[in-house]
Amino acid sequence: MSELVPISARRRRTDVMMRGLLATGTMLALVPLGFILYYLVRRGLGAWSWHFFTSDPTGRFLGDPGGIKSAIIGTILIVALATVIAVPLGIAVALYLVEYGKRGRLANIVRYFIDVMTGVPSIVFGLFIYIVLILSGGLGGFAAWKGSIALALLMLPVVTRSSEVVLDLVPNGLREAGLALGSPRWRLILRVVLPTALPGLITGSLLAIARAAGETAPLLFTAFAVNATTFNIGRQMNSLPIQIFNDVRQAQDRIVDRAWGGALTLVVMILLATLVARLISRRSHKA
Amino acid sequence: MNTRPANPQEPVHVITPESIPDWGAVNPRRTAGPSEDPTGDAASNAVAGGMGVELRDLHAYYGQQPAVRGVSLTFAPNRVTAIIGPSGCGKSTMVRCINRMHEEIAGASTTGQVLLDGRDVYEHGLDVVSVRRAIGMVFQKPNPFPTMSIFDNVAAGLRLTGTKGVDLQERVEQSLVGAGLWDEVKDRLGSAGAGLSGGQQQRLCIARTIAVEPDVILMDEPCSALDPIATLRIEELIDVLKERYTIVIVTHNMQQAGRVADSTAFMLSGELVEMGPTSQIFTKPNDDRTEQYVSGRFG
Repeated sequence: MSELVPISARRRRTDVMMRGLLATGTMLALVPLGFILYYLVRRGLGAWSWHFFTSDPTGRFLGDPGGIKSAIIGTILIVALATVIAVPLGIAVALYLVEYGKRGRLANIVRYFIDVMTGVPSIVFGLFIYIVLILSGGLGGFAAWKGSIALALLMLPVVTRSSEVVLDLVPNGLREAGLALGSPRWRLILRVVLPTALPGLITGSLLAIARAAGETAPLLFTAFAVNATTFNIGRQMNSLPIQIFNDVRQAQDRIVDRAWGGALTLVVMILLATLVARLISRRSHKA
Repeated sequence: MNTRPANPQEPVHVITPESIPDWGAVNPRRTAGPSEDPTGDAASNAVAGGMGVELRDLHAYYGQQPAVRGVSLTFAPNRVTAIIGPSGCGKSTMVRCINRMHEEIAGASTTGQVLLDGRDVYEHGLDVVSVRRAIGMVFQKPNPFPTMSIFDNVAAGLRLTGTKGVDLQERVEQSLVGAGLWDEVKDRLGSAGAGLSGGQQQRLCIARTIAVEPDVILMDEPCSALDPIATLRIEELIDVLKERYTIVIVTHNMQQAGRVADSTAFMLSGELVEMGPTSQIFTKPNDDRTEQYVSGRFG
């Protein structure tokens, strides 16, 4: 029989040391995050005012620079359109991979390309749309919907990958139960698989939306920018990342401040969207 | 489709092992028509909806690996047949071939025939969905749909199959009564099915299965995840259900086979060793291997 002994000094030392190391690492990782939030709030909040949210940029270098109304509306419209394109398509691809393609050849090829797409720098999507939809002519010049397509391409692999993981987590027993009841597969997917996976699908889509909303590069030479508010997706449209990008390069402090205000606005918008989606998914799960 | 008695209070047809003649006991190559009533009791067939199932030289594979090697046997209508055998003997696979769930596994394949009331369920061009509507299945692990309420779980079969013209309220109540769960859940039909106990969940799954009115119910170790009391309730339920359905139950538990089954089939290494009235299989089997298995010398 082995003897019961008190914990050795060496093991206790190692334990304390390792715990300390991990805690320090965590702190180090949190430092930049803390600074970002601190500066965003400190400098951004100062720029916020009623006027800031309700007026378009004036484009003047002297006097009142105006607010970011057109950028907020533009971001919402462009990202919403990108979401409408990318989320259903991405979930559909994930459904194909999980429910039909499984480990087949085509499915694996699709998976590979999705992975490649995830690693493509966002500016490449912008460039692609610029060449295909703008330089090619025929479809006109810069337009908001072209920016949406560039963002949708960027979102597609994120939505697909996260949806695939979530759909894979739906217990196979549920599929078997449905099939054994005599359900056609499509109805099983609509009534059992998708509802079961819904909270995860929402979370995944939100990650993609949050990522797309902050992207500047794909919009630079697709949607471009104008100062005035527009609801016409066939025209150039302002957006928050582009507004921030332009403002921060100006010499006037008031305009740089507008960039901070815009950045804080963007973060708060994404935060709100996340919160709302969380609430929806929690609710739908309870019902 | 068969007409069923509207009244669940129909007197239970009592069957003792002795009352069953030695039908097709040890002859797996038997080719008699599956709808033949082995007891010769035509009346029991007239009120009941169960259909006979006959397997003819059934082989099942996972890729190249055979799991069932040429099984031929007959499940009599409105009888409970237990399939026993050691782990990996192919009993679950065989049962999953009957409602064509086996083919849902990647690389799985089947040869041979499964006749439901004389019609091959593997017939070319036959809709697999219609096969599964006629042959219900209860799984080892209770698997109620987690996003659905108790009511919706029972109604799920009808909704998933797109069945129209059925009074859902009435059918759900009938099915829950039939599964012996009604009294326990009637006041909370709207709450989540996943919130029930394991035994209740399994009876919920049985209610879900009988709600689509199949002719045959396959049970793949339905009690192996349940405690003894919940098991007893399911066994009592099986005894009542056979009045209306043909039941095939895979079980690891030989006492359970002895308690619920009219006849028992013993499988080994993918082959049917022997089949006969349960009492005979457990007391004087024809094959030595059966004798050894039921007396606990291996498996």
